[in-house]
Amino acid sequence: MNLRRDVFQAIADPTRRAILLLLASQSMTAGAIAANFDTARPTVSKHLQILTECELLQQEQQGREIYYHLNAQKMKDIADFIEPFRRMWDERFDRLESVMKNLPTPK
Amino acid sequence: MERKTQVHAEAGRQELRITRQFNLPVELLFRAHSEPELVAQWMGTNVLQLEAERHGSWQFETSDAQGNVVFRANGVFHEFEPNRKITRTFEMENSPFAVQLEFLEFEALSADTSRLSMHIIFKSVALRDQLLQMPFAQGISMAHDRLEKTARQSLPPIS
Repeated sequence: MNLRRDVFQAIADPTRRAILLLLASQSMTAGAIAANFDTARPTVSKHLQILTECELLQQEQQGREIYYHLNAQKMKDIADFIEPFRRMWDERFDRLESVMKNLPTPK
Repeated sequence: MERKTQVHAEAGRQELRITRQFNLPVELLFRAHSEPELVAQWMGTNVLQLEAERHGSWQFETSDAQGNVVFRANGVFHEFEPNRKITRTFEMENSPFAVQLEFLEFEALSADTSRLSMHIIFKSVALRDQLLQMPFAQGISMAHDRLEKTARQSLPPIS
């Protein structure tokens, strides 16, 4: 089976999005992350594995503990992916501006 | 470089903000949203209905060159305050997308410039993300169509 491990699959899951939000401000160990969820620990581990595989998270060894932190570059990919949507509105609004500028002025 | 149109979509939230500054007086910016023939021009769609008032309804329809309807959307205005704000629902017909709620705020920056802020609320985060992906997906498929056409044209004719 072909597993599609890309960023968009990763952020499609609410628990994984919650993990990303949690790690937005700090690095945390798997245990500390799991403590924030009712979900079973192995399930959280699985989510962490997926997020790490698609490089949204990075692991860092600190002494005996492994800390997870956000990979800012990959998060930027998500922003890049909004770009076509932004451009679509930008073009629409450019059209709005030119339509309104070329309105015949009322006599 | 400051971009004219900005889209803010925070991860994990079922909302979206679009803001844009215009070199237009706020009155003209608002007219572009309240007069059917003007909406039709910049949105590139047919405006079947646009009752520019509280509890009024609207419906847009877009057809391809062959006359097939490729897009139809409708909704209702909940607030319609000239040069200030429009609150409306937006529903794409025959699509998996649930109805969305849109708050449009119009603001004069100077006599000749104005700003539009759109705040869109979706039924779920997943639906928002799916909608964000649409132009991307369409872009890909259009590129594929072009590629296919070019590829076909470059094939030797069958004799």
